[in-house]
Amino acid sequence: MSNQDIVLDVNGIEVIYNHVILVLKGVSLTVPAGRVVALLGGNGAGKTTTLRAVSSLLKGERGAVTKGSIELRGERIENMTPSDLVQRGVVQVMEGRHCFAHLTIEENLLAGAYTRRDRGEISANLEKVYNYFPRLKARRTSQAAYTSGGEQQMCAIGRALMTNPSVVLLDEPSMGLAPQIVEEVFEIVRDLNAKENVTFLLAEQNTNMALRYADYGYIMESGRIVMDGAADELRNNEDVKEFYLGMYGEERKSYRNFKSYKRRKRWLT
Amino acid sequence: MFYRENGQLKTSYQADQQIFPIAQDRWAIIGLVLFAIVAVPLLANEYTFSAILIPFLILSLAALGVNILVGYCGQISMGSGAFMAVGAYAAYNTLVRIDGMPLLLALLSGGFFATVVGMFFGIPSLRVKGLYLAVATLAAQFLSDWAFLRVPWFTNNSTSGSVMVSELQMFSWRIDTAVEKYLFCLGFLIVFAVLAKNLVRSAIGREWMAVRDMDVAAAVIGIRITYAKLSAFAVSSFIIGVAGALWGFVHLGAWEPAAFGLDRSFQLLFIVIIGGMGSIMGSFFGAAFIVILPIVLSQTLPALGNLVGFEVSTAAISHAEFMIFGALIVWFLIVEPHGLAKLWSTGKQKLRLWPFPH
Repeated sequence: MSNQDIVLDVNGIEVIYNHVILVLKGVSLTVPAGRVVALLGGNGAGKTTTLRAVSSLLKGERGAVTKGSIELRGERIENMTPSDLVQRGVVQVMEGRHCFAHLTIEENLLAGAYTRRDRGEISANLEKVYNYFPRLKARRTSQAAYTSGGEQQMCAIGRALMTNPSVVLLDEPSMGLAPQIVEEVFEIVRDLNAKENVTFLLAEQNTNMALRYADYGYIMESGRIVMDGAADELRNNEDVKEFYLGMYGEERKSYRNFKSYKRRKRWLT
Repeated sequence: MFYRENGQLKTSYQADQQIFPIAQDRWAIIGLVLFAIVAVPLLANEYTFSAILIPFLILSLAALGVNILVGYCGQISMGSGAFMAVGAYAAYNTLVRIDGMPLLLALLSGGFFATVVGMFFGIPSLRVKGLYLAVATLAAQFLSDWAFLRVPWFTNNSTSGSVMVSELQMFSWRIDTAVEKYLFCLGFLIVFAVLAKNLVRSAIGREWMAVRDMDVAAAVIGIRITYAKLSAFAVSSFIIGVAGALWGFVHLGAWEPAAFGLDRSFQLLFIVIIGGMGSIMGSFFGAAFIVILPIVLSQTLPALGNLVGFEVSTAAISHAEFMIFGALIVWFLIVEPHGLAKLWSTGKQKLRLWPFPH
């Protein structure tokens, strides 16, 4: 992986909320261009905070990056505003969707095109989003608040795509969605990645699903990255299998042996 | 280093649930109260009492009431001035109309009538929220302005429209001097602050906060929204009413409805916002900020002007005072949007770990 290929380089960042609560304790990760990188871990591991640090959304949560650096194609971005980042092609899809409730689906998407000036480009983008998400086209005139959770998630992703991004930060796209819809959303992510060459940084709890669609994965625990590797490697790693995928060795282990067999999280010493 | 709770082990729930579980806090507060009762009367002069300390105490008390409603229950109210007026006029009427009415009972009856009025004007809160509620409670303000100006019965048919309370006497204690008035108000403030603090730590306080944070979720877990909102209005207006009665009786002595106008409502709301919503401590900080800072500014500005060697006219000083005061409000809110109380608690949090950063 040569240096030019790295779109996003997060280097040992520390994030403190409210001047007192230390949340990230030195997180480093790199996102190569045109890949899907997954950020995995349980609740409170710091996935969302990492994404927020990248997209400069910490201020609203009274947080700040106090150490380390974040570089986008060699340019320091940790002190930029979110709108600067959108101009540079980095856009976040927030956890919990946050569609504009009183706008219709189409108005939501057009609102996403705020940074685009060229009308032709906007309508081309809109067409593109409708191509990827045919469901949205069917619901284009209904108010976002009255669409289903899956459609709202699609709307949020579609809205992000309207900015013509090069990097999309995707936070928990599977939250509260039926497994089939999750599959559908991830398929579209893979499609976008392959056809539009959009780079994805994906924060997920659903380790199994994320590792199936990602190229590379980082596993976080209590504000640190504890493990990283190519998605296949991680999927076959015994520790990951047990702690995150819920598989115990070759065959199902009987619960009688469960305790004596239980691995320690060795990295937590 | 000196502010650590290390080694302060609690062996009973009672010890763990006291108001100030950290010994340093407890001693600091006890020390502060003792200072206010014993040392301040020895140190301060007449002017300090009547112009600074007494208004500060009474406005703190009123802000305490507003904070329960706005900060803890999340119901924005612009009627605080009206509730103060109701408290003052009701206390006045009970004192004048009933022979041998003790002062204490008259003040509390002011609180009682304010409660009734407050609950009545709290009824819109069952349906409207946020800024709309603020506008709805504004009605209380206009109604009180009108009623106390136009209905002669409320002012005991006073020809000038203003009412007067000449002498204050509680049991055999005649409250004459500024020091006595100060101690009288301080007593009220301490009692109500302890009551309020305990109230917001109890089940009903948690109900209020649940309604504030998400009323739908509160309803879903079985909290009676009607009861929670109206009880917040009741408790809050009671305290505001007593504060209003004190404002009239002790601070002003003689007053007209203008003393409890819309300005007063705004002032109380600003005290709560600057001090910190949802914090008993914040009411004191806010009141100190609003009451004491302008006076400090007007005292220090001429001295400061002399220091640099130019004569400032009094008009220029009063202009500068307003500008600096406004700038300070903005500056404090930018530094800490959640009010001075939050600044205080962040400071304490840091002090606990000091000299280590995390």
